[in-house]
Amino acid sequence: MSSTPHHWRRQPFITNPWLRWTLIIGVLTYLGWALATLPFNWQRIGEGLPRAVRIFGGGLPPDFDRYQLLLDGFKESFQIALLATLLGVLLSIPFAVMAARNIVPRPVYLIGRAIIIVARSFHPVIVAILFVKAVGFGPLAGILTLTLYSIGFVGKLLAEEIEEIDWGQVEAMRAVGAGYLSTLIFAVFPQILPRQIGLSMYQLDSNLRASAVVGIVGAGGIGSTLMNAFGRYDYDFAFAILLVIIVVILVSEGISGWVRKRVW
Amino acid sequence: MVMEPMEQRVWARYDRRERWMRLAVMLLVAAIMVWAVRDVDIYWPWVWDAPVQIHGLLERMWPPDLRRANDIFAALVETVHIATLATALTIFAALPVSYIAAQNTTPNKACLWLGRFILVASRSVNTIIWALLFVAIFGPGVLAGILAIMFRSIGFVGKLMGEAIEEIDRKPVEAMEATGAGRAKVILYAVVPQVMPAFFAIIILRWDINIRESTVLGLVGAGGIGVILQGAIDTFAWPTVATILCAIILLVLIGEAITSLLRRKVL
Repeated sequence: MSSTPHHWRRQPFITNPWLRWTLIIGVLTYLGWALATLPFNWQRIGEGLPRAVRIFGGGLPPDFDRYQLLLDGFKESFQIALLATLLGVLLSIPFAVMAARNIVPRPVYLIGRAIIIVARSFHPVIVAILFVKAVGFGPLAGILTLTLYSIGFVGKLLAEEIEEIDWGQVEAMRAVGAGYLSTLIFAVFPQILPRQIGLSMYQLDSNLRASAVVGIVGAGGIGSTLMNAFGRYDYDFAFAILLVIIVVILVSEGISGWVRKRVW
Repeated sequence: MVMEPMEQRVWARYDRRERWMRLAVMLLVAAIMVWAVRDVDIYWPWVWDAPVQIHGLLERMWPPDLRRANDIFAALVETVHIATLATALTIFAALPVSYIAAQNTTPNKACLWLGRFILVASRSVNTIIWALLFVAIFGPGVLAGILAIMFRSIGFVGKLMGEAIEEIDRKPVEAMEATGAGRAKVILYAVVPQVMPAFFAIIILRWDINIRESTVLGLVGAGGIGVILQGAIDTFAWPTVATILCAIILLVLIGEAITSLLRRKVL
């Protein structure tokens, strides 16, 4: 270097200029393409601001007059979340065993993995619609939906946990001639149970959140109440429900965080 | 201390108090469950009928109907667009919020609490509920979907980014301040470079989640694959529903593959 430049230039995040410019141009092209193909109804959007003012004007202050309806909705959401967590956590154990590479034969592993992937791919709301069509409106559809959702989530994490267990205990059990089931009960489950309790708490919390939305498609709980309020342009009641949902979720997050800290 | 003979010693995992506590907790959980089952508004004949009904539904779905494959593909592309544009917008919205919600960079207490309030409110309201609100405001369509996903993502991205900012090394910031750099320069040269890697990881993670989320927006009229899914369900076109569901699985899997590839390449 004969001369040091007077101005220090910031190092670009991606050092290779070719890669950098390709990325930038690629992103810009994509944005242009996406914006050009998406159907925006600008006229309708333009009416949005006065509408927003009207909605918020109608929604504020929130109206807590029908608190009985609100309480019933939350009670149902809570029951849905509880029952779905219990069912989901219990059912997730066999599915997790099926989806753990190290303790089942390969075909079973593939089936277990496929079930968990399918259960995880669908947003609970989509599953809820299908269950509402299959078993009718009401909390039953919500419970079934969240059970499936819990199986997907808890099953996946539990399967990963099983794949990482200490193998020595399994070998010890096998060495004394224990059968498959006893090996599972005495060597595998004790190692994953603490984790299962933590996951259950987390899942209860997450099911409580989700139970607020499955109701939007008719699967019971506070979501149904919210959807009705929205449908009747009853914005002050809808805002009251939204506020209570936010508070309940904050409280449940706090409680489940506290319990998990105690358990672990 | 006198030891009891070996054969009289009892091995127990829990002492008496722990045993009672465990029993009490279990009884409490059981009691709550019993209450929930008895009190919840379930029509039991439907429960016993459920397996038959679900089987019937699956039978009606088979075989999947591929005739609307073109529509479905277009809707999938729209879904990805919604997720991607919303994630891109989230970047601009979440950065200032995370900046004021991080304890070490926030200008004052009021800003800190404002930032935290925005993050909590954003995360507590589900995407679908945001979508309901924006559909009511802007009418059905992709804009409502993009805004819904964006408003939901701000809380997630902002919270994680705030945590990343709280963990930065103070020294570059102090060095910059010592040279008399203004606030904007401190952020740009001392904070941003340190949080860049975390930032990309969070954005990639959120994009993956947003793809899943954007599949349901259409159910309340906010664009994407959900619109034709809802249409197919309303017209009882079950074979088409099956195709759409398969398409969603495929989309989610591709999204997951892309994110894991990006994570390995970029980070």
